[in-house]
Amino acid sequence: MIENLKDPAIIFFIIGLLAGIVKSDLKLPEAIYEIISIYLLLSIGLKGGVQLAESNIFSLIIPAIGAISIGLIIPVVAYLILRRIGKFNRADSAAIAAHYGSVSAVTFAVVLIYLDKIGVKYEEFTTVLLVLLEIPAIAIGIFIARLRASKSRVSYGKLVHEVLFGKSIYLLLTGLIAGYILGPQGISPVKIVFFDPFKGALTFFLLEMGLVASRRLSDLKSAGSFLIIFGIVMPLISGALGTVIGYYTGLSIGGTAVLATLAGSASYIAAPAAMRIAVPEANPTYYLTSSLVITFPFNLIIGIPIYYWMSLMIH
Amino acid sequence: MQKKLVTIITESILEQMIVDDLKKIGAKGYTIIEARGSGAHGTRNADWGQNQNIQIEVICNDLTAQQIIEHCQKNYYSDYAMVIFTTDIQVLRSDKF
Repeated sequence: MIENLKDPAIIFFIIGLLAGIVKSDLKLPEAIYEIISIYLLLSIGLKGGVQLAESNIFSLIIPAIGAISIGLIIPVVAYLILRRIGKFNRADSAAIAAHYGSVSAVTFAVVLIYLDKIGVKYEEFTTVLLVLLEIPAIAIGIFIARLRASKSRVSYGKLVHEVLFGKSIYLLLTGLIAGYILGPQGISPVKIVFFDPFKGALTFFLLEMGLVASRRLSDLKSAGSFLIIFGIVMPLISGALGTVIGYYTGLSIGGTAVLATLAGSASYIAAPAAMRIAVPEANPTYYLTSSLVITFPFNLIIGIPIYYWMSLMIH
Repeated sequence: MQKKLVTIITESILEQMIVDDLKKIGAKGYTIIEARGSGAHGTRNADWGQNQNIQIEVICNDLTAQQIIEHCQKNYYSDYAMVIFTTDIQVLRSDKF
């Protein structure tokens, strides 16, 4: 775990967090945040597509079913925990649950870098699993919200549009397809832009995420102790589920650790946008605080080594 | 010529929905400005996507202004950060609005 801290991306996340705590006037322009997040999503998609082009596409069918089922199970489990034990109202429970089903692409990028660093191999199609987990998770989150809570009159058509064509899924999906079509040969002219500076861009992005998270630290009080505990325990439950499903769908040690991290991560880009429209009566402070201020740093610093350890234990 | 200026300050996530609403209600045009500030929903300083505000300005007649206000009040007031106010203004080419 200490070894995991010696990573530029994680150190810069902490630097960003500190800047907020000591009230530094450091602020990245909104446009930079936008550009880097678009770059990261596109790059993750492209890289995944290129790797997919080099692998046997049929080998991903069973893990894909595993990923989809994780996306369906987690929001339901999270909803029940929040509603029954946490005593949250239906709207808040559904909205938070969708965030925990949905994944964080940045956490995904960090686990890949972690595995590369310790020299553990993983399947080429992990990016496909990312997309496959994300779509049903947000969809089921919206569905629970609609079924149990929301009085919102926004049409299902608009919500489906938000899920499939929201910026993050759209970039990941089209990047994936573009990478698959181009293959290693076709991508080589733009490799210097999309692949080589990836780690640097990720480090920059995490500086910004540290800043954003630190500005929300004061919301922890209104979130309450249950949500803080939930933000740590829920990823561990989901991570364990991801480990078991990864193992039984035949993933390697590395692949299982990636699936566990995906399952354990919580979205803070795609899900908040979708939930704000789908469940307007849910309080954004709850889901933003738990996913961004608690779960994201937890996964980055402590969660990823734990998921890797879980994967080692089961294999 | 006397017209109304309706100013809506709200979460940027509502942009598309409100623009669609405005067209349906019959506003002939609008201007959107990115905004930041603080109010009942805390500080919204536009530091990232979920925390952005917009200011929508519509020049229209009294009836349309009333319809816009009622529509927003009914659909968005309870759940979203939103402030609406109107101003009496003078315009040169009244048929344009």
